[in-house]
Amino acid sequence: MSVWLVQMFNSLSVSSILLLIALGLAITFGLMNVINMAHGELIMIGAYTAYVMQNLFADYLPASWFGAYFAVAIPAAFCVSFLVGLALEAGLIRFLYGRPLDSLLATWGVGMVLQQLARTIFGAPNVGVKSPEWLNGGLSLGGSVLPYKRLFIIGLVIVTLIAMYLYIYRSAAGRRMRAVMQNRQMAACLGISTRRVDAMTFAIGSGIAGVAGCALSLIGPIGPSLGTYYIVDAFMVVVLGGVGKLLGTVAGALGMGVFNTYFEFWTNASLGKVLVFACIVAFLQWKPQGLVAMRTRSLD
Amino acid sequence: MLSVRRLESGYGESVVVRDVSLEVRPGQVVCLMGRNGVGKTTLLKTIMGALKARGGSIRFGEAELTRKAPGARAAAGIGYVPQGREIFPQLSVYENLLLGLEAGRESRKRGIPEAALEKFPVLRTMYRRKGGDLSGGQQQQLAFARALAAEPKLLLLDEPTEGIQPSIVQEIRDVIVNIKQDGSTAILLVEQSLEFVRSVADYVYVIDKGTVVAAGAFEELDESELHRHLAV
Repeated sequence: MSVWLVQMFNSLSVSSILLLIALGLAITFGLMNVINMAHGELIMIGAYTAYVMQNLFADYLPASWFGAYFAVAIPAAFCVSFLVGLALEAGLIRFLYGRPLDSLLATWGVGMVLQQLARTIFGAPNVGVKSPEWLNGGLSLGGSVLPYKRLFIIGLVIVTLIAMYLYIYRSAAGRRMRAVMQNRQMAACLGISTRRVDAMTFAIGSGIAGVAGCALSLIGPIGPSLGTYYIVDAFMVVVLGGVGKLLGTVAGALGMGVFNTYFEFWTNASLGKVLVFACIVAFLQWKPQGLVAMRTRSLD
Repeated sequence: MLSVRRLESGYGESVVVRDVSLEVRPGQVVCLMGRNGVGKTTLLKTIMGALKARGGSIRFGEAELTRKAPGARAAAGIGYVPQGREIFPQLSVYENLLLGLEAGRESRKRGIPEAALEKFPVLRTMYRRKGGDLSGGQQQQLAFARALAAEPKLLLLDEPTEGIQPSIVQEIRDVIVNIKQDGSTAILLVEQSLEFVRSVADYVYVIDKGTVVAAGAFEELDESELHRHLAV
């Protein structure tokens, strides 16, 4: 019985990581329909921001403060990726709206440039981020131990999700954002600055990728090609969930996390992954719009 | 107030509107008439800025709008109810109305004016429903109220009664008459119904093949001439 509970926790943990890397993409790809292949590199930037923060705290602040670095690293990672996203949108993406193939190629190129940049600045080998003391150890529960790091990531994804929900569905800026994504021309005729909305939306999606990168630094070493491991999963989650719906992305991440964990438990790591992808392909054949499809009279 | 001079506009290679000049004075109701496909909608879109003018000029009050973005025109006080309504289907009725306030800084603070809601009382009962789930007539009312929310000085109405049930047609016509009596908002209206134009228009422009072929107060227009340009 306890094995099942542990597997349940593991699948939740995998889901939370998948969700975190996919949330940013749910905005840039899901809402804006920009195929941003550099999304993984924005994650990588967030991870390196955590690394830099760690070094800054270790070098310039008293040792007793070190534990606080991670709390600072999360907003810092958001800001750095946000700014990179803003620059990327202003310099490249805005010329490529409505041209998915061109933006796919161009952003892939940007991704490689960013990887090389990281290699130049930080060196090719992976670097480690030392997690703060308060995230080591775990919660003992009925004979099994739930690591604090994993619990922290689950908490982080919930907070990020709530913040995104409030921004998109409850704020005036989010209302403008949804209006522009649904009917660009009419939104412009009502006086909404579509340029500003596009830039902000893309930058926020990028910033969330940065937060995801920061979290990834807790569970493994980070390197210039960190993002490439996650980009496929991120797209998979968004497409599986249904493009354009936040709820769908959550469902997609949960589904993928749960199936991945149990398939791997029953078979082995590589066969488990194959089975998950086979299931996704079969599912999308059956329901091409994904798990949560938009339904309304006007779209019929 | 609105002064269009020798306007030329179109899509891609094709010129749809050529050499159109027209005038709307404060508080006036000006009607555009003409068969389908002669360029009425293109003309309104160009005045709103959704299409770029190829030539000519658009002035609104003191402002020169010919090269301005649609947002600047909305801020100057032009409201637009497009053909096909163009409400935001995934947003609630209330959110659609709030977006009508985006035109100006003051309007965003002020909130949705009571006057805009009074004209379409049914909207208030549907605040939480998605715009896309409304019937065509309700969507038309929503688009109209959304434009009124910004308290525009000039309303561009593109066939507001096209393809909706008769009861709502009457309601929308009453609202137009109401606005005219109130006198603070001018209207540039595309409309097909001769009786309605007769009852409400201060001035009429008849458009054929992309340009103005007749203009004047309704009584001044030659009836046979009118039928020649309007009959299918």
